[in-house]
Amino acid sequence: MSAEAPRRMEPPVSPVAEPFWAATRERRLVVQWCLDCDRPVFYPRDNCPLCLGTSLEWRDCTGEGSLYSFTVNHLSSNPTGGEGPFPVAIVELAEGFRMMSNVVNCPLEELRVDMALSVAWEELSDGRNYPVFEPRGGTA
Amino acid sequence: MSATSIRGASAIVGVADDASPTGQLELSGRALEASMIEQALSDAGLDIKDVDGVCHAGSSMQLAEYLGVHPRFTDSTMTGGSSFEVHVEHAAAAIAAGLADVVISVYASTPRGDRARAGGGGGRRGGPPPGMGPNPGLEWEMPAGIRLPMGAYALAATRHMAKYGTTAEQLAQVAVSTREWATMNPKARYQDPITIDDVLASPMQTSPLHLLDCCLVTDGAGAFVMTSAERAKSLAKSPAYVLGVGTCHDHSMISQMPDLTTTAGMISGPAAFSMAGIKAGDVDLLMGYDSFTITALLHLEDLGFCAKGEGGPFAEDGKLGPGGSLPMNTNGGGLSYTHPGMYGMFLLVEAVRQLRGECAQRQVPGAEIAVAHGSGGVLSCMSTIVLGTEAALS
Repeated sequence: MSAEAPRRMEPPVSPVAEPFWAATRERRLVVQWCLDCDRPVFYPRDNCPLCLGTSLEWRDCTGEGSLYSFTVNHLSSNPTGGEGPFPVAIVELAEGFRMMSNVVNCPLEELRVDMALSVAWEELSDGRNYPVFEPRGGTA
Repeated sequence: MSATSIRGASAIVGVADDASPTGQLELSGRALEASMIEQALSDAGLDIKDVDGVCHAGSSMQLAEYLGVHPRFTDSTMTGGSSFEVHVEHAAAAIAAGLADVVISVYASTPRGDRARAGGGGGRRGGPPPGMGPNPGLEWEMPAGIRLPMGAYALAATRHMAKYGTTAEQLAQVAVSTREWATMNPKARYQDPITIDDVLASPMQTSPLHLLDCCLVTDGAGAFVMTSAERAKSLAKSPAYVLGVGTCHDHSMISQMPDLTTTAGMISGPAAFSMAGIKAGDVDLLMGYDSFTITALLHLEDLGFCAKGEGGPFAEDGKLGPGGSLPMNTNGGGLSYTHPGMYGMFLLVEAVRQLRGECAQRQVPGAEIAVAHGSGGVLSCMSTIVLGTEAALS
């Protein structure tokens, strides 16, 4: 991570997502799991968006995934703290859900759709950590 | 209600729109809306006293109060840029079912004029409009620094390029063909031709989208009037009959889109075409929402003008421009004519004028069937309207 302080907009915590953000304090990535459909539910909700059921439990994720898509943003300030254009990504997690984040520790020209990624963590001001992703096995 | 009871039961009988090469309009707010409604009613040979149905993408109740109308059909559907296609769909069903006789819809937005009137400061950005409910994007997307809306479309474009080999040049061709049409629209914001190199040399916004891959931000306004097919026959202009309608949305946030390379147009398009009894090859004119070049390219695939993944090669020989086999966005589109925020109204207005033969230099000869395909949100809500002339009705 860059030495410069991150300038990230710190995510608000919705009540249903409290366990997600609590786990990030221990640098654990967790996801809701619908026990009826046997599938992940993300973003966190009170109901499974497939069956509307409420049998949802939190499970740990491997933190491994791939780069579903990305865009290099030339217009906004870099939330990860670096200078210049930065990648916004949709990451496909191994458990079968997608989340928006950033890819870090990867030169822009080495970004590739479907490349293997692992979760990394960026400290937020209140003790939470924001899940970002880096090329699997560390710096590309 | 069966599909056959909607097909041909109603028509768009009056239209109006306004925009300016300066990007700015004099009027704003309700005054601009009222002016559009008056022009659209006058275009139809109708009067405000005839109106018994009101659609608005904000509040149909507030608009009706302002106008002094007491509608028996009311629709405040707000699905972003496709709201007005959905209004046509709902109005067509309502008219067919006897719930309304004369329905209006109107849109006005003046981001440039508002900024100027406020003294040149920046306008409101981000955050949900009041009354829109919780916005999960604040928690799950905005912290990643995505620039919306363009970042969402950029994500779709990146995936499409990786999966299908679509090139930046092919995307740029959509902007080039659209600008060719804009050279023939005296109200268009930009009327000078551009090249693929111009697009690629314009500043990168959020990759792979360059500035000229992106729609404008301009003032603009428009309105339409619909009535029954029966009443339409006695009005001022040739009716543009509603032959088919279809709508589907499959996400609100881009990170929830099931497949970044396939839109809900795969549902709305075939539904509308099937109701109309047409195939893609029957379409004389496509007004396909072009918030970004990738948006229009996805419509070509999802509406069946070419196979999935073939949008790039399909666009690259210029068949979307003047003289091409599939004239698209003949008013110059959101890319070159106007884009005040929710552009779907302008798709309908141009489609109707083309079917009437009113488009002068840019007229598509003998246009009988036009498709207005709206896209709202971030590739979220697709709504497809098939319009046709009297000849297409039988």
